[in-house]
Amino acid sequence: MLKILKYSFYDLMRSRWSYVYFLFYLALGFVLLFLNNDVSKAVITLMNIIIVLVPLIGTIFGVMYYYNSKEFTELLLAQPIKRSSIFLGQYFGVAGSLTLSLVLGLGIPFVLYGLLRSDAIFDFSMLLLIGAFLTLIFTALSFNIALSNENKIKGFGYAVLLWLFLAVVYDGLFLMSLILFEEYPLDNFSLFATMLNPIDLSRTLILLKLDISALLGYTGAVFKSFFGTSLGLFISFLMLTLWTVIPVLRLIFKSRKKDF
Amino acid sequence: MAKTITVCNHCDITSIKEAISLAADFDTLLIKKGTYKEYNILIDKPLTIKGEQYPVVDGEKKGEIIRVASDHVTIDGLFVINVGVSYTSDYAAIRVVKSENFVIQNVVLEKLFFGIYLEKSSNGKVYHNKIIGEAKDEYNSGNGIQLWYSKNIEVDRNIVQGTRDGIYLEFSDNITINNNTSTNNLRYGLHFMFSNHDVYTNNTFENNGAGVAVMFSKHIKMYNNTFRKNWGTAAYGMLLKEINDAEIKGNTFEENTIGINIEGSNRINYHNNHFIQNGWAIKVLGACYTNSFKNNNFLYNSFDISYNSKLNDNTFSSNYWSGYTGYDLNKDGVGDVPYRPVKLFSYIVNRTPETIVLLRSLFMDVIDFSEKVSPVFTPDNLLDDAPLMKKIE
Amino acid sequence: MIQIDNLYKKFGKNEVLCGIELDITKGGIIAVLGPNGSGKTTLIKSILGMVIPNKGAISIDGKSIKNQWKYRQEIEYLPQIANFPSNLKVKELVRMIKDLRQCESNENALIELFGLTPFLDKKLATLSGGTKQKVNILLTFMFDSPLIILDEPTTGLDPVALIRLKELIGTEKEKGKTILVTSHIMQFVEEIADRVIYLLEGQVYFQGSLDELKKQTNQNNVEHAIAAIATTSHA
Repeated sequence: MLKILKYSFYDLMRSRWSYVYFLFYLALGFVLLFLNNDVSKAVITLMNIIIVLVPLIGTIFGVMYYYNSKEFTELLLAQPIKRSSIFLGQYFGVAGSLTLSLVLGLGIPFVLYGLLRSDAIFDFSMLLLIGAFLTLIFTALSFNIALSNENKIKGFGYAVLLWLFLAVVYDGLFLMSLILFEEYPLDNFSLFATMLNPIDLSRTLILLKLDISALLGYTGAVFKSFFGTSLGLFISFLMLTLWTVIPVLRLIFKSRKKDF
Repeated sequence: MAKTITVCNHCDITSIKEAISLAADFDTLLIKKGTYKEYNILIDKPLTIKGEQYPVVDGEKKGEIIRVASDHVTIDGLFVINVGVSYTSDYAAIRVVKSENFVIQNVVLEKLFFGIYLEKSSNGKVYHNKIIGEAKDEYNSGNGIQLWYSKNIEVDRNIVQGTRDGIYLEFSDNITINNNTSTNNLRYGLHFMFSNHDVYTNNTFENNGAGVAVMFSKHIKMYNNTFRKNWGTAAYGMLLKEINDAEIKGNTFEENTIGINIEGSNRINYHNNHFIQNGWAIKVLGACYTNSFKNNNFLYNSFDISYNSKLNDNTFSSNYWSGYTGYDLNKDGVGDVPYRPVKLFSYIVNRTPETIVLLRSLFMDVIDFSEKVSPVFTPDNLLDDAPLMKKIE
Repeated sequence: MIQIDNLYKKFGKNEVLCGIELDITKGGIIAVLGPNGSGKTTLIKSILGMVIPNKGAISIDGKSIKNQWKYRQEIEYLPQIANFPSNLKVKELVRMIKDLRQCESNENALIELFGLTPFLDKKLATLSGGTKQKVNILLTFMFDSPLIILDEPTTGLDPVALIRLKELIGTEKEKGKTILVTSHIMQFVEEIADRVIYLLEGQVYFQGSLDELKKQTNQNNVEHAIAAIATTSHA
C-alpha cells in the first residue's frame, strides 16, 4: 500500500491542481493575517472557508482523481498487489496531498505570524485538524461514489449533490424540523442530528471555541454537559474519526467486489 | 489627649470588649497578633481599633461579631472569622448602624454570613478589605458588602468573592464604588435596588452567577468596568431593569452569555464600550426608549444585538462591528453601507433555543443575508448608518 | 497449469460467461478466439482476478486464486487497450512497475529491440498508439514469469514490430512458458498458436489444435473455419 501511496502522492504533487490549492490557501492565509492583522477575525473567516470549501474540494478532487487514474488502477490490478492496497494507497495519496496543501498553505502564514503572537495558535491548530478530517472524510465519500458509478458524469453529479446536501440542504431540513417540533424537548435530537453530518460536526467543534458563551445560554442539561465540559470535544472527535473510518471500510469492501 | 490601649493575649487587657469599656472617646485600641474569641462586640464611642499583624477575631459562629453604633469609628487590620448563620437575622462580621464618618479598612473576612453591613449610615469609607465567602446556596448565604439606606459612602479597592451578592445596595444614594474586584459570587457581583445617583468605575466583575444587576434605579454612572465570563442560562455581564438616565461608558464586556440584558430602560447612553466574544452583546427585551449606542466596539460576538419586538426607538451610530462587511470608497473611515446588527437567526434562536447548534452554518448565513437585503422580521430602522471601518482603541 | 471449473459471470443482465470448463496444460501457445462479446477478455480478466466471477472456480497450479493476489507475480499481462497514467514518463513507468514487482527484469534488451530509446523521456500522453503498444509489450515481457497473457497484442503495431513480437513470443515459448493470446488476426493466430480455444456465447465451443479445427469444419483455412463455426451456430 505504501508504494501505491507513494506513487499517487508523487503523481498528485506534480499536478497543477495541488499547487493551485496550496497557493490559494497560502494567499488566503497571508491576506487574512497580514492585511487584516486581526487573528480572531481571521480565524472566523477561515472557519467559514474550511467548513464549506474543504469538503467541496475534497469531493471534487476525489472523484476527479479516481476517474482520471482509472488506467493506473487497471495497470496495478494486473500486478501482484492486493486490491485494497491499491485503493487505500490511492485514497491516502489524494487525501494526503490535499491535507498537506491545506496544512502547509495555511500553516506557513500562521507560523510566520505566530512567531510574533502565539495566543491564537491553539484555535488555529484545531481549525487545521478539522480541515484535515474533512478532507479525509470527503475524499473517502467521493471515492465511494466514484467506485459505485462507472459513469463519470453521474459520479460527479452525485458527489456534488452530496456536498450540497451536507453543506446546505441538511441544515435547512434540520432547522425546519427543530421549528416544527419546538414544543418537544429537542436537545438530544439536535445533538444527534449534528453528529450525522460531518460538516455540522466540524462546525460544532469550532463553535465550542468561538461561541461557548452563547451555547451556554441554553437551558437543556444535555447541552450543558455536552458544551460545558470536554465531553463535547471528545465525542465530536470520536464521531469525526468514525466518519473517516466507515467510508474507508466501505471502500475496501466495495473494491473487493468490483470488476474491472 | 487620646491614648492608646494595647490588647493582647498576655497583656493586662485580653479582650476587645474590655478594652472598649475602658476606653475614652477618640482613643486607639491596638490589638496585637493573636486570637480573640468574641462576638457581639459593640463599639458605642468614637474609637480607632487597629490590628497589628492581623489579629483573629473569632465569632465561633455564635452571631454578629462587631457592631458600630457611634460616629467617627475606624476599624483597621482585623481578621474576622466565623460569623453566625441565621435564617431570621442578618448576622454580619461588621455592622455599622446609624453612624457617620466611619472607616473600615484592611479587614479580612472569612467564614461569614454577611460581611460588612452598613445600615442607615453615611459619609463613610469601606476601603481595601478582603471578603472571602464559601456560599453554596442562596438561601443560607449573605452579601459581601451591603448598604441599606446609606448615603455618601465610598467603597474602594475591596475584593469580594464567594458570597451571595458581592456588593448590594438598597435605597442607598450617592455611593461611589471604585476599583473593586467581585468574583465567583453566587448571584450578582454588584446589585443595585432603588438606589440613585451612584457611580461605579474601574471594577472587575468576573464569573458571578449573573454579573451585575441594576434595578429600579436612576442616574447611575457606570464607567470603565470589566464584566467577564458570566456564563449560564440567565447569566449576563449586566442586567438593566427599569433604569432611567444612566451613563454606561468605557466598560468592557467579555465572554458573557449576554453582555447587557436590557429591560424597560430609557434614556441611557452607551458610549465607548467594548463587547468582546459574548453570546449576545446586547439583548433588548420589552419597551426601551431613547437609548443611544455610540462609538462602541462589537467584536466577534455570536450575536451583536437581539430584539424581541419589531419596534425600535434607540439609535445606533458610529460603532465598530467586526461582522461588518461593507466598504468605504471615500476613505473617510465610515462604511458606505449601513450595518444591520440584528440577525434573523437571533429571532429563530429566541423562539427555538435548540437551533443555536446551527450557528455559523452556511444555511443560516444565506438566510441572514436575505433578511439583511430586505428586512421582514427585524425592525427595518434598526441600523447603524455610520459604521466605523476601524476598531476604537 | 490453469483449471477453470464451471465459471459464470454476469454484468447486469448480460450473461458473459456461462459455465466455462477449461484445462490449460503447461507449455505452448494457446489462442483464445471468438466473436466480439464472446467473453474472451472477461475470461482473461477472471484469470487475473480483475473480474470477480459469480460462480465457479479458477485455480493455477492447483491453487485457487479466489481472494489471492500473490499468484499474479507469476503472470505477465498485456492489456487490450494500452492505458497508462498520462503524466508519467516512459522511464518512470518502467521504474515504477519494476519497483512494484520487485523481480529480475531485462528491459534494456527490449527497449533496444523495439527502438524505444528516444521515447524514454517522453510522457506517455504524447506517444502514438503504436508506440504505446510497444511500451505495453515492453512492460509485459521484461519479467520472467511462467504464464504470459496477451490480449490483442498486435493492435497498432507496424510490420517490423510485429515480426519482433512474433520472435519474442517464439523465444518465450522455447523457454517452456505457457502463453495465452487473444486476437482477431487469423493469420497471426495461425502462425503462432499451438492450440485454439473457441468461445461462443460464453461457452467453450471448441478446444484443440488448428488442424483439428480445420478438419472439424471441413475448411482448409482458419479464417473460413472460424466463419463456418459462426454461421453453423447461428443457423
